Amino acid sequence: MNGKRGRPQRAPNSGGHRRDPLWVAALLHRISGLALAAFLPLHFLVFALVLKSEAALEGFLRWTKNPAVKLAEMGLVFLLTLHLLGGIRILLLENLPWFAGHKQLVAGALLTASMLALVFLVRAA
Amino acid sequence: MGDIAVSLWRGNADGSYQVYRVPQRDNQTVLDVVTWVQRNLDPTLAYRFACRVGMCGSCAMTVNGRPRWTCRTLTTKVIKDGRLEIGPLANLPIIKDLACDLRPFFEKWQKARAVFSPRLTRQDAIERIAPTTTPRLAADAAIECINCAVCYAACDTVRWNADYLGPAALNRAWTLVNDVRDTGNRQRLAAVAAAGGCHSCHSHQSCQQHCPNALNPTASIAGLKRHTMQAYLRGELE
Amino acid sequence: MNVRLYVLQRVSAAVMAPLLLIHLGVIFYASNRGLSAADLLARTRGSLLWGAFYATFVVAAATHAAIGVRVVASEWTRWHGAALERLMWACGLLLVALGLTAVAAVVLV
Repeated sequence: MNGKRGRPQRAPNSGGHRRDPLWVAALLHRISGLALAAFLPLHFLVFALVLKSEAALEGFLRWTKNPAVKLAEMGLVFLLTLHLLGGIRILLLENLPWFAGHKQLVAGALLTASMLALVFLVRAA
Repeated sequence: MGDIAVSLWRGNADGSYQVYRVPQRDNQTVLDVVTWVQRNLDPTLAYRFACRVGMCGSCAMTVNGRPRWTCRTLTTKVIKDGRLEIGPLANLPIIKDLACDLRPFFEKWQKARAVFSPRLTRQDAIERIAPTTTPRLAADAAIECINCAVCYAACDTVRWNADYLGPAALNRAWTLVNDVRDTGNRQRLAAVAAAGGCHSCHSHQSCQQHCPNALNPTASIAGLKRHTMQAYLRGELE
Repeated sequence: MNVRLYVLQRVSAAVMAPLLLIHLGVIFYASNRGLSAADLLARTRGSLLWGAFYATFVVAAATHAAIGVRVVASEWTRWHGAALERLMWACGLLLVALGLTAVAAVVLV
């Protein structure tokens, strides 16, 4: 009738909403922010290379023509656009009267970021 | 209709799920299932309910990972492969089995100063408040909260930030910020602008998605953000 | 203090939104044209406009990132109080220092 199939050490499961689009959007916003923050110092160091010599910067820029690097750059464009659009949605949410359609806006942001990243890759190739 | 394999959380935070077989019935709610277990299988099961008609919020529990009112959740809507998982509300200490300790929830209510501070007394004439003014409309849109703690249980920021006052307390604070009869706004804005206040909200909207009364604490908290920012820029805060 | 950090975070975000759109344009332009270092520097050297643009961007980005990292650390790690303050200032100052160096490197003649 009733069994004791206990699952010890597993706290009550409360993660059901972690598939909701708005929660995923918030998580993506946070992760993209962290990734961009980690990338920035490297980005700045690249341009500071010119302090060494123009040739040093030129060498680096030539290295970025490598397809693997282009793919990574595409990823950055994606993260940047996603973070920007998600951030604009939050700024609007916090400063304007409430509006509906957040899930659609999130979908739109994902789509725009993906498209922009793809366009970047195609044009850069 | 067959049986449902119902996993119920037993014990406190160190507890575990136990499985019970419960006959499925027409129009059965999750509260019916829990009650059936307690009456027919295990009288030591601890759980809460009161009105059982979706008015009091006492029966809120975690069902398949989401906080909901169990009296308003039909089993047909939530059963997956003949299984159901029921636990106490998240983000609150567990007393026993499906009953959690709501004291932190209510203490944060007080901390947010989500308490009415009247200007008038019973000796004064009743103040006429038009229902159509902008502040009253804003207050009325958020006023139906019955403190069931579903939003609090759904909120990840509550989970991540022990100081966070939570959606319900802030939502109520917002209704009072918009209440022209109230005099406590200076302290209230300071309270919701403190650590763990409205600025900790990341607008996940889990509260709004789960509120059984269709309230929108995210919107209320956004309103608090605007008011506190304006107060700060006017030099009225800190 | 929360309000101040919140306001700075949101204001820096608002400042960056239009700057980012322009920057995305720069990214696409430079990438599409396959600009070399010489091409790039020819455009930036001695340019007050690019200097001001990217200096503003650096300060806004450093502010925004530092506060953001602090918030994430406060929620996802066990750090609190002074440790979070130090983390925020370290991130912010590092980004400002590296960023303004980079701007100077490409703008100053």
